[in-house]
Amino acid sequence: MTKPERDPYTGLMTTGHEWNGIKELMTPVPGVVKFFLAITILTAVLFWILFPTWPYGTGYTKGILNIDQRGLVEEDLTRSAALRATWEQKFSTTEFAQLEADEEAMALVRTHGARLFEDNCSACHGINADGGPGFPSLIDDQWLWGGDAETINETLRVGINTQHEDTRFGEMPAFGDQGMLDLKQRRALTSFVISLSRPDELDQKNMERLPEGKELFAENCASCHGDNGKGIKDVGAPNLTDSFWIYGGNADTIQATLKHGRKGVMPYFEQRLGEADRRLLTLYVRDMGAQKNE
Amino acid sequence: MLDKHAKLERNALAFVFAIIFVASIGGIVEIAPLFTIDETVEEVEDMRVYTPLEVAGRNIYIREGCYACHSQMIRTLQDEVERYGPYSLAVESQYDHPMLWGSKRTGPDLARIGEKYSDAWHVAHLINPRDVVPSSVMPSYAWLQRNTLKYEDLGLHLSALRKVGVPYTDEMIENAAQDAYGQTRPDSDGADGFLERYGEDSNVSAFDGDPNRITEMDALVAYLQILGHLTDVAQQTSSPEQQTSNLANGD
Repeated sequence: MTKPERDPYTGLMTTGHEWNGIKELMTPVPGVVKFFLAITILTAVLFWILFPTWPYGTGYTKGILNIDQRGLVEEDLTRSAALRATWEQKFSTTEFAQLEADEEAMALVRTHGARLFEDNCSACHGINADGGPGFPSLIDDQWLWGGDAETINETLRVGINTQHEDTRFGEMPAFGDQGMLDLKQRRALTSFVISLSRPDELDQKNMERLPEGKELFAENCASCHGDNGKGIKDVGAPNLTDSFWIYGGNADTIQATLKHGRKGVMPYFEQRLGEADRRLLTLYVRDMGAQKNE
Repeated sequence: MLDKHAKLERNALAFVFAIIFVASIGGIVEIAPLFTIDETVEEVEDMRVYTPLEVAGRNIYIREGCYACHSQMIRTLQDEVERYGPYSLAVESQYDHPMLWGSKRTGPDLARIGEKYSDAWHVAHLINPRDVVPSSVMPSYAWLQRNTLKYEDLGLHLSALRKVGVPYTDEMIENAAQDAYGQTRPDSDGADGFLERYGEDSNVSAFDGDPNRITEMDALVAYLQILGHLTDVAQQTSSPEQQTSNLANGD
């Protein structure tokens, strides 16, 4: 190491390091940087005191403010729940009929219900609640389990064919896969089912199958779909005499339904949504249907 | 002091060790203590393991890079809790090797997606997301429905997971392939054995809608349907206020 010396060109001192004749100017870190570095370190010390910081074995210092993220989010949630309670409470305590007559309540339903519907229901039932193949429309005033508010609310709570202990249970058996009806019988039944809603679509060949189909229907289907095929809401069996179909009403789809069965699932929302939210959604769904049918 | 530094600079090996030491201070202070602090991972009674079919689904989730667009971590923020449910706890990914928390959300968080939609919805959505969510930008994964699942080697996957701490029993490892099969066939004997080993609450279903084949779709849907349901502890610890309402608070 050589001695520091003054560089004749810049007037600055050198560091005293020399590498094969190359020397380095002494340009120390500016004072302002050192100042803020010191501030940073002091701030760190302050944080050590205020917030959870230092680990020791099985624990850590909690800091004198005793703040943790979980506590903060619980506070936020409690605060917003209290804010909501002012208008939300009536949805869990008032009768549905009364709420539906209350314009002010229904205005709330339309704003807040839309958001709940979009996040929880629209994935299956569609953003306009008009359903899709396999997922029923909610605005056609056709209901598997019943369309009054209490029933819809209960369906939301327990779902259909779910893990919920009170779940609604409905299943169309796989008559083909389980060997209960052979192909000829299923064809006859298909013709008969089509004849319930669209008799003029059937050609001569189909017409000939009807007597057999009718007999098979009485033996196999009437217990759920009713003697006249109009469906039984207690078991969630759809009306087969109208023009509304969940999976499709053409011959091929009815054949597939008879062969493989159907067991549509509606998730339960008791865990995911609170009671007020579920009741609000119930009102929203009914309101969408009412507006559509106006 | 400066003299000592000069000495250190001239000793390459010592300098390497000094760099390693300094560079690891962050890890020593921030990561190492988590292994000894009691609170790091909550202790819960009802934590269950992934079934072999769910492990296979998880592997597909990783293979297809789902984590690139979907996180599995609900943070302790009000908007996240209101939308997705109770914030994630460490114990919920206790058996995740590797964890799939993710850090980017092109799609929604999936930490509590299990049982939110039906199996049929997941199948329709994975085959073509636009069929059920018109505005979706998610790619189609239609081949999962065509690909037969390779499930013969699931026992090896389970025993590898056991080596890193997942409590699979010998019996589970031995029967892994049958259990994967049984979980997709509700009416078979295989389903009974499966339920005996993994508990009555496990999902047994023809996830892809076809009980005669075991496809990659079966596995992935089985995995998606268990997300957030390995333990109920997050539901129990959340405050009653947040359970009474899930409305977004954005007005």
